[in-house]
Amino acid sequence: MSNEKKQCKTMSALCEKLDKCEHYQKFAKYRDHILSLGNDSLEKTIAIALSLCFVCAILVSMAAVALRPLQVENKAMDMKKNILDVAGLLQDGTDIHEAFAEKIEAKLVDIATGDYVEGNVETYDQRKAAKDVAQNVVLTKEQDIASIKRRAKIAKVYLVKNGNDVKSIILPVHGYGLWSTMYGFLALDADGQTVQSINFYDQGETPGLGAEVVNPNWRALWKNKKVYDESGKVSLGLVKGLVDTNKAGSEYQVDGLAGATLTSVGVTNLVKYWMSQEGFAAYLDKVRTKG
Amino acid sequence: MSDTKKVLTDPLVNNNPITLQVLGICSALAVTSQMSTSLIMAVALTAVTACSSAAISSIRNHIPSSIRIIVQMTIIASLVIIVDQVLKAFVYDISKQLSVFVGLIITNCIVMGRAEAYAMKNPPMASFMDGIGNGLGYSLILVIVAFFRELFGSGTLLGIEIFPLIKNGGWYEPNGMMLLPPSAFFIIGVIIWVFRQWKPDQNEAADFKIMDISHGEGGHH
Repeated sequence: MSNEKKQCKTMSALCEKLDKCEHYQKFAKYRDHILSLGNDSLEKTIAIALSLCFVCAILVSMAAVALRPLQVENKAMDMKKNILDVAGLLQDGTDIHEAFAEKIEAKLVDIATGDYVEGNVETYDQRKAAKDVAQNVVLTKEQDIASIKRRAKIAKVYLVKNGNDVKSIILPVHGYGLWSTMYGFLALDADGQTVQSINFYDQGETPGLGAEVVNPNWRALWKNKKVYDESGKVSLGLVKGLVDTNKAGSEYQVDGLAGATLTSVGVTNLVKYWMSQEGFAAYLDKVRTKG
Repeated sequence: MSDTKKVLTDPLVNNNPITLQVLGICSALAVTSQMSTSLIMAVALTAVTACSSAAISSIRNHIPSSIRIIVQMTIIASLVIIVDQVLKAFVYDISKQLSVFVGLIITNCIVMGRAEAYAMKNPPMASFMDGIGNGLGYSLILVIVAFFRELFGSGTLLGIEIFPLIKNGGWYEPNGMMLLPPSAFFIIGVIIWVFRQWKPDQNEAADFKIMDISHGEGGHH
């Protein structure tokens, strides 16, 4: 706040100086000279182009700088909201910051080893890291079943705690659907096996068809599904049409999205990728053994 | 005063940018699956058109003709970036849904069209009003299209349930087609037809007349 005031003061001081300044008077003279020129003279064309760029650049940067704190706040709030939502802690009227600070703990995990690592949890951005050569792993064609090309070495996971017990583990997942890379969270029980919920906070699939991945009714179908079968293979995935709950193996199946085969395949692939050894399997093993 | 009124109301029906000038169709297809996104888009476009027209008009006597279009584009693009920043700061959820389409206001032919056709020749205040009028004309069509698309596509209006859906225990089976962009084409087509039935002078003269061969002397004999 005091910083802003300081800026204001210096600004008005500058303006006052400007009026008295010799250079400014020269500038005013030059301005009148330019305006008196014919519109198609070279000098005027260049002067108009430059001054227009100058004015527009100032306006745009002012808007960007002034609104940035609000935008950052919105983004952080939205992310917290998504995390609370997938954790099942979001009700109407929940104070998002409070609920988040109270119940959720963010941690950084080295995906390859599955160990927690030190680092600044607040500022770490996994999506940015995935694009940074120093912080990412480029996937080979065989590894890249979710069509993401590269992933960050370190993931930001969230733990929902109840006292000292971990109630659920929220893992960031993403993969390619039909049109877009879908970013979301998968919430698992502390056993690293039972699904609590899934949500996608950033996707560009077809509205009404693929974009139904955000539909609460469909997302509710994921509850209590299992990720790994007895042999430890990732079996969870979407099937075409409705799941027959009487058949064996239905605990690994979720209804596919009607009319959105490729989005459904994309969701299956991203679950397969992120739950595999390439993804969070090592980490989940460690969580399980530690109890 | 009546001039201002005419500048404001003419683009609503008589000279509507979408139905008569057939401009700005791309965003009319893209953002109209929901009322809320269309309303925000309408406000954003109206603000950009009005402000850019006023700005361009105020410097119109000093714009070198060789860089005329670039000057207009620079002003429009700057305003669009500002609008985008404002939306991201104050209505984050909706700006997420609008995604690239706010940025694409830059390429919306209505904004450029009004700058070129009106603001370059008229004083700032009149240009501002013309921008508002054309923005409202665009908004009107957007809201009508979004009304039908959201109502029949999702059974809701502004997110409030109007037709209870079967999957939520009601009786309405939503028409998925309405949620896809092509449905906006059909609705805009119907609106154009209604407007031209209502105001027959909007019908364009045919480019050529198809020869009636039953009476024709032409052809092969």
